[in-house]
Amino acid sequence: MKNSTGNMSELPDISILKCMQCGICSGSCPSGRFMELNIRTLIKKSASGRPVLDEDELWMCTTCYSCQERCPRQIKIVDWLLSVRSKAVHEGNIKPEHKQVIKNLLDTGHAVPINQENIEKRERLGLSSLPSTVVKDDGALKDVKNLLKSCGFDTIINEDQI
Amino acid sequence: MRKIALFFGCLIPNRYPGIEMATNLCLATLDIDFAELESASCCPAPGVFRSFDEMTWLTIAARNLALAEKMDRDILTVCNGCFGSLNEASSRLDNSNRKNKELRLQVNKHLEKIGLEYNGTVKVRHIIEFLSQEFGSDKISELVTHPLKVNVAVHYGCHMVKPTEKIKGDSAENPVFFDLLVEATGANSISYPDKNQCCGAGGGVRAGLHDRSIQMVEHKLKMIRSKEIDCIVDACPFCHMQFDSGQYEINNTQNQNYKIPVLHYTQLLALSLGYGPEDVGIDQNVIKNNELE
Repeated sequence: MKNSTGNMSELPDISILKCMQCGICSGSCPSGRFMELNIRTLIKKSASGRPVLDEDELWMCTTCYSCQERCPRQIKIVDWLLSVRSKAVHEGNIKPEHKQVIKNLLDTGHAVPINQENIEKRERLGLSSLPSTVVKDDGALKDVKNLLKSCGFDTIINEDQI
Repeated sequence: MRKIALFFGCLIPNRYPGIEMATNLCLATLDIDFAELESASCCPAPGVFRSFDEMTWLTIAARNLALAEKMDRDILTVCNGCFGSLNEASSRLDNSNRKNKELRLQVNKHLEKIGLEYNGTVKVRHIIEFLSQEFGSDKISELVTHPLKVNVAVHYGCHMVKPTEKIKGDSAENPVFFDLLVEATGANSISYPDKNQCCGAGGGVRAGLHDRSIQMVEHKLKMIRSKEIDCIVDACPFCHMQFDSGQYEINNTQNQNYKIPVLHYTQLLALSLGYGPEDVGIDQNVIKNNELE
């Protein structure tokens, strides 16, 4: 992952400069019980103007919203973290597993596409072999692909790298 | 009650189709006017795609909302992730303020390229909230023909109740509405430590940091196993996959013997309405348990 800079302490709707470092967020964080994520210190680091876009901790959040619900300063912590992630991704900081999820959406319109095993499970239940989604409707899949292109989503990953 | 466009997303039709079948059977038995949202795509998944690019996430969500709007129906989701994404998108693109309308204009610039427009009128419901609000546990219990004598570990999952800024449930810290619906089937909801803790799958963690994600679900499973419990009941296919295939992975890598059956609420409800376990794909889980099959 390449080095990144960028001040993420004040976003259009979120300011982490209100943070008083009380630690309710990190005390409430289930990821913090099992991983290195310390959301309080991540916020402190970003609020003091230091770069956070390279931090692996960004990707340890399950977006459970416990911190955001309990923050006494009502800082939208998860929304902030998602914005920081997005900035990181646009600077090329993205895991190979997440590139694969992007590729799935670009190719099939689904994050998790159908496979033969599940076609057979559907048939055993008496369901149609394919669900009534974009997978069964070429025109709709083309629409989704056009929207993804219109938003520039295909440029986030370099498909040669997958 | 507005008519329903049923939205299954990715994991239900493509990994746990038994939940699709169970949902269809339950809604038909409850005489709800529903039609599947045809030609839908991924919601798109909030933890990953919203992390990657917000406008893409919002635009693809808006396409799904616009398809439901054309049908003049509200969206019913059966997955916490789909609910999280579509509810958040709907609340940002509705007509409640000027900022939302301005954002909708930007989204509609993309949608017009495929001949669609979203006017901000679709509400998004979650099956548990929907059954709780529109029927209530007393009414559901009157419809039950085969009361289930099982002890259940209820798992709400995060995005059914949080963020409370966008979701008005009974409580984010100690919700009860799902437990009441589970008990309406005759089952007992058994309390267990860290009941409201995350399963560990969301936010791209299951894909990106898989081993750590499994550590998180292992903790939940340990807490559940510490009680006399017959099965886990969830409200989301991603939590469902994490509990079900998570047990298989833990058994294979750590010489454990977890075999707790995992049911989505619609599967539990279908059993209590008289359908068989194989009708709703409970035998198609990774973790097998003959007592419930």
